[in-house]
Amino acid sequence: MADAIRPDSADALAAIVAEAARDGTRLRLRGGGSKDAVGAPSPDARIVNMRGFSGVVDYDPPELVLTVKAGTPLAEVQALVAEKGQVLAFDPFDHGAILGGAVGEATIGGIVAAGVAGPTRVSRGAARDHLLGFVGISGRGERFVAGAKVVKNVTGYDLPKLITGSWGRLAAITELTLKVLPAPRLRLTLGVAGLDPAAAISAMTRAMGSSAEVSAAAHLQDWNGTPLTAIRLDGFPSSVEARAAILTQLVDGIAPLADGEAARLWPAIATAAPLPTGLPLWRIIAPAAQMAKVITAIDGAWLLDWAGGLLWLASEDDPQAIRAAAMQAGGHAMLVRADASMRAVVPALHPQPKALAALEERVRRAFDPAGVFETGRF
Amino acid sequence: MPAPDEAVLARRGEIVAAMRAIVPGEGVIEKPDELRPYESDALTAYRQPPMVVVLPETTEQVAAILRWCHANRVKVVPRGAGTSLSGGALPLADGVLLGMARFNRILEVDYTDRLAVVQPGVTNLAITRAVEDEGFYYAPDPSSQIACTIGGNVAENSGGVHCLKYGLTTNNVLGVEFVTIEGEVLRLGGRGLEPAGLDLLGLIVGSEGLLGVVTEVTVRILPRPETARALLIGFSEVEGAGRCVADVIAAGIIPAGMEMMDKPAVHAAEAFVQVGYPLDVEALLIVELDGPAAECSHLLEEVEAVARANGAVSVRISTDDDERVAFWAGRKAAFPAAGRLAPDYLCMDGTIPRRRLPDVLTRMRVLSEQYGLAVINVFHAGDGNLHPLILYDANKPGELEQAEAFGADILRLCVEVGGVLTGEHGVGVEKRDLMPVMFTETDLAHQQRIKCAFDPELLLNPGKMFPVLHRCAELGSVHVHRGALPFPDLPRF
Repeated sequence: MADAIRPDSADALAAIVAEAARDGTRLRLRGGGSKDAVGAPSPDARIVNMRGFSGVVDYDPPELVLTVKAGTPLAEVQALVAEKGQVLAFDPFDHGAILGGAVGEATIGGIVAAGVAGPTRVSRGAARDHLLGFVGISGRGERFVAGAKVVKNVTGYDLPKLITGSWGRLAAITELTLKVLPAPRLRLTLGVAGLDPAAAISAMTRAMGSSAEVSAAAHLQDWNGTPLTAIRLDGFPSSVEARAAILTQLVDGIAPLADGEAARLWPAIATAAPLPTGLPLWRIIAPAAQMAKVITAIDGAWLLDWAGGLLWLASEDDPQAIRAAAMQAGGHAMLVRADASMRAVVPALHPQPKALAALEERVRRAFDPAGVFETGRF
Repeated sequence: MPAPDEAVLARRGEIVAAMRAIVPGEGVIEKPDELRPYESDALTAYRQPPMVVVLPETTEQVAAILRWCHANRVKVVPRGAGTSLSGGALPLADGVLLGMARFNRILEVDYTDRLAVVQPGVTNLAITRAVEDEGFYYAPDPSSQIACTIGGNVAENSGGVHCLKYGLTTNNVLGVEFVTIEGEVLRLGGRGLEPAGLDLLGLIVGSEGLLGVVTEVTVRILPRPETARALLIGFSEVEGAGRCVADVIAAGIIPAGMEMMDKPAVHAAEAFVQVGYPLDVEALLIVELDGPAAECSHLLEEVEAVARANGAVSVRISTDDDERVAFWAGRKAAFPAAGRLAPDYLCMDGTIPRRRLPDVLTRMRVLSEQYGLAVINVFHAGDGNLHPLILYDANKPGELEQAEAFGADILRLCVEVGGVLTGEHGVGVEKRDLMPVMFTETDLAHQQRIKCAFDPELLLNPGKMFPVLHRCAELGSVHVHRGALPFPDLPRF
């Protein structure tokens, strides 16, 4: 890849983008590089290192609002809010471990750009549900502001939703404002071993539909040698206790896991750590009720998160077959990890129907008419 | 609003005939007296009968209407139940009003994936009614929920008193079917938790009918919390109430609802519904907690302690559900109660950082004296969303204009202290001209180009949201260097 440029002000970045638009250079935006190995290699793109945009701009815990520069490491942001008894409720995680890179490099801007959300996403919402506003440099080389720094706002189009998960194809985010929430006082994980996928999905569905207010629910094909269905309750101790009683009524044989095991379990689920690392890794999102069919249709090692709505799949099966199975279930499949030769021919993001793809293209051109951010990576 | 196009007005007969060819029978309304009910939404200060009202029943009819209007360059204003407080459904003299009221069926409820698939004309409350026997509900609850439609909620990204904990419409919608101005039917999202590709669903929600017409909505439904209880807390000063709200949140508690009323609002509401509000307080807080009974009783104690520590002069805790509902009855009657204090009122909707509340209320009182118009305040205190109600009399010459100027000053104040023009009602016509207070021309151009990506002829609901209607060609200029477009391999539109 060509040499990286490292701007440290919005003006400098705007000038770089405007110049690239004029002379036909393509720009690949990079935070900590934890997701470098996602998408097709783009050797011709010039890298823009966003780490120069770093630091906290404003944090007032009782307002539930945090504004940071986009290149601030995720770990720093998480430590900062933890100090005030708060969390990023969408449960973001570092892709470093998944993609064989270093852990701790992921930036908050990269998390938002990739729409990364972990196990509690099923109950607390995704990254898009917690991004309140941002400052960006569009492909026009212009600085613009979208959204705001308050928790409730419907002024103008909801560009924070659009920018989340757009993978750096609309604008470079330089600063962002997130909704933060109180950290739960207590986390309790209950587990039941030995369920088959259909029974596990059924148990998780019953739990999600109950008044137990489940925070996260996952099913692992193999945890310490047996299948494990894990359901987490977060909250005030008296509440967690009452809700645990509801769960034990609802799911035969479910019982609390030891704190140490639970603390290992959830990060492992978030990063699909129990799955073999030598295989292509897919992330399939579909309605939970249909997910058992996907598991039956495809060979591979897997785990279920989001109460069955997310399937992490390590599989050498035909990519077309995997995507077809996901679509049949009413979902889609993203290729998260594969070797460079596979990534060069299999798109990371699930291809869209033609009419929708055309509309997306028009929206991308609205922000980036010259295609500065069209590196061929996606 | 944009001046009506005489050429389009002259083609009225042809346009009505075209609509009748698509929607037979009573689905096309054109007689002046029958158009009158459609001349405004809940922002009644603005009225304009549409050229014609069309009430389609199928997605195919919606697509055919839009296709025809697009081919014939006729503007279209979509409408749900007409409860918008920002003039989002204000008709155009030279436009077709596309009413979605006949899309009133609940198509499917799925308790396994906890979702409901409904047509856009279904009312917000009807979704909850359809699932409550199974112990579920639809969380966003705008005050107009008995009347407002889910299609309108999607257009405006409606909130309600419970949205601090449960989110706005956008956080509770999984997918939509929508029709573009070209008449193309697209699906965004679906039944899974996240759609593939760009989050166009997130863009459609809250787009105020400017990007397309939604013909089906898939919403998340939630299990009803086991219990809900509320506290009614009186303060002798607004500052104490403000600190109490901040301290509740700092204690790690996100209440299901947290509402504040100022003294005039308390008096107005109590006179209207007599629910036993204390009349000797400067600010009244309603805090609702929901969840398992054990959690509620624990948190009630914590909130009460926080309230006492901040100088609460009275605390009542609901002992049964009737009492909890009574606590809310006054708050929910605040708007009609204001209607008894003055012939007319304007309801504002700014959001501020909560820490600025005492300052904002003080400056609002100064403005109130300057304009000679009374204001009463109800406030979604948890999320900083203010609803000042400006009381006026439209029959007194100039008073509407004064009230609007006062309202605009309040919204400028909200932006000045770090807040926004609208927390849940939408920009519409009402706040359109204030957009430059919050956004620069470059910011607005980035939003308007999205409009151009969906509707380059600006036919869908024009005159709403944006202060200046730039032609898309003006906004879309691409840098051309040495006569060559960069990246000639990219498809362009």
